[in-house]
Amino acid sequence: MSGGVDSAVAAALAVEAGHEVTGVHLALSQAPAALRSGSRGCCSREDARDAGRAADVLGIPFYVWDLAERFQADVVDDFVAEYAAGRTPNPCLRCNERIKFSAVLDRALALGFDGVVTGHHARLEDGVLRRSVDADKDQSYVLAVLTPAQLAATVLPLGGMTKAAVRREARSRGLGVADKPDSHDICFIADGDTQGFLRDRLGPQPGPVVDALTGAVVGQHDGAYGYTVGQRRGLALTVPAGDGRPRYVLSVEPVSRTVTVGPRSALDVSTVLATEPVWSSPRPLPLTCEVQLRAHGMVHGCSVTAVDGGWQIALATPAQGVAAGQAAVLYDGDTVLGSGTVARTAG
Amino acid sequence: MAYLDHAATTPMLPEAVDAMAAAMSLTGNASSLHTSGRRSRRAVEESREALAAALGARPSEVVFTAGGTESDNLAVKGLFWARRAADPRRTRLVVGAVEHHAVLDAVLWLEQHEGAQVTWVPVDELGRVTPEALREAMGTGDDVALVSVMWANNEVGTVQPVRALADTAHEHGVPFHTDAVQAVGQLAVDFAASGADALSVTGHKYGGPLGAGALLLGRDVALVPLLHGGGQERDVRSGTLAVPALVGLATATALAVERQPEAAVRLAGLRDDLVERVGAAVPEALLNGDPVDRLPGNAHFSFPGCEGDSLLMLLDARGIEVSTGSACSSGVPQPSHVLTAMGHEPRRARSSLRFSLGHTSMPADVDDLVEALPPVVERARRAALR
Repeated sequence: MSGGVDSAVAAALAVEAGHEVTGVHLALSQAPAALRSGSRGCCSREDARDAGRAADVLGIPFYVWDLAERFQADVVDDFVAEYAAGRTPNPCLRCNERIKFSAVLDRALALGFDGVVTGHHARLEDGVLRRSVDADKDQSYVLAVLTPAQLAATVLPLGGMTKAAVRREARSRGLGVADKPDSHDICFIADGDTQGFLRDRLGPQPGPVVDALTGAVVGQHDGAYGYTVGQRRGLALTVPAGDGRPRYVLSVEPVSRTVTVGPRSALDVSTVLATEPVWSSPRPLPLTCEVQLRAHGMVHGCSVTAVDGGWQIALATPAQGVAAGQAAVLYDGDTVLGSGTVARTAG
Repeated sequence: MAYLDHAATTPMLPEAVDAMAAAMSLTGNASSLHTSGRRSRRAVEESREALAAALGARPSEVVFTAGGTESDNLAVKGLFWARRAADPRRTRLVVGAVEHHAVLDAVLWLEQHEGAQVTWVPVDELGRVTPEALREAMGTGDDVALVSVMWANNEVGTVQPVRALADTAHEHGVPFHTDAVQAVGQLAVDFAASGADALSVTGHKYGGPLGAGALLLGRDVALVPLLHGGGQERDVRSGTLAVPALVGLATATALAVERQPEAAVRLAGLRDDLVERVGAAVPEALLNGDPVDRLPGNAHFSFPGCEGDSLLMLLDARGIEVSTGSACSSGVPQPSHVLTAMGHEPRRARSSLRFSLGHTSMPADVDDLVEALPPVVERARRAALR
């Protein structure tokens, strides 16, 4: 229970479904002293109190589990290392994979619980993971990394409800968090300044910005880790483009610290190599289905074939701004089939 | 169902509830000069006399506070400021290594904000502060503002040789404060006989209300106040006196002290039974603290291979209420500074549970614990291996 409205209502629905429910708040911050670590924070003392109050209202036991060390190693350090390697990680996905449905689930099962209930917006019935009915709030993308074994011990009560309905349910049960604002962005970067967060940890690593068409150096940067494929703003280019059109980050190469920029058309990707594949609803390959390449991103028709170490995904329509490190999540309509990590792309 | 957390707080004595409820209907500020004020003042002064008589103090030595934390802060900071004001060389605090956070964090605050130096008096593996260790920590004593060592430890229950420690502090003319929050009602506590210059108590540990306590403070001991205002309580603790709370506090103190000799024998018997049967049910369990000189209601164990908070949660689910030691506001368990000061590894510190008995404890509470414990330990151990 994060202290937000979703997990509070999920807990309420689990109680009403007849389960014996215990509330657990995860202490993930190494320095939880802040009362309120900014409106985006997820682990301030105020959030812990809000979670505890929701448990009180529901009449369930409530404990704080200290997973700060695991979170630092598996999510925060991983986040920084991924950017340092020129990739764009999704920390929420990593937290689900390694903390909520791994460290927490394992401990819960060992302590005698049957599973973990969360307030994620996705449907899970008979082991099949599907998108939420609320397309804006759908979180199936960051849950697709879960294995069938993890899904078998998971309950997601909110997938059939819109966010507005969740808030109504909270109000009708007297839960004080009914109107609490949604959390946004990355919980461990309270001020929302991801670039500053990375700069503090990786230090300045200046390098060139190179134009893909001419090969010319068109600017300098303080650290390639501050750039993501598809990015347009904040490039600080000193040499205008020949055609006068905007340029976008095409690639980030950490060893030579080179950021390559080019026209929008050069962002087009038609093939994606995804590694570390995980099937939530296994299907035989080759396979024709859909793929989503970033959180809240577009869905593309695709055909998937097996290659050494993963999937070769051929897109029916080009995608733009596909960054290595993001998840390639396969869907069949609403149904999540599986997830891999974007390793390479080709035009 | 078994409530085994009396060291955190214990149920109010019915007599204290009745006395307090009656006092709640009194109108009048105890500082007011009219008839109603005098009536409230009489209730306060009778409470002061009752508490003083029960604890071996003079009425003028009782400073009412809102509880143990306030008493400890008032003693540590107030004595430090007063002693330093009298002689600027006195900037050092000599403090036991296993103090409650109410002393510990007040001392750290003085170190960080007031330029105080701190010498922590080490404890042995049973948690004892010896007069020899204190004497060594004092040095010449010229620069020492105060000594503070608790009467009995809130986690492992070890009882300190308070009289000998007070005498050691006085060899150098240094005032001695003791946090006796865990001691009253369990041990014989006599302020005059203890030799202490300042002594903290709080009512809710022995049947009084929450939010009412006292600092016993020698008549000639100078102390700078924390709270400034109306000048109540010798000008040391301003604030309108909480008449009903003080009536409840005094009633509970008188009864708890009167019943203490009998209660100590009864609780020690129950506790010894608990220790023996927990040891038989979970042979690898390790008793922490002094096996002899400990609070009669305290049993504190480490369960190797388990996390204390897993044990707590699993016992709670079976209606057995215990503690991992000292509560933390964020709910995140830290390895106990008490156990680590006693020389134990953080892992052992994290694996510990405190069972504490009080006036409502019955043999059935021990039966319930001993029955629930083995499968809980087994399950917690498996969870810790994950």
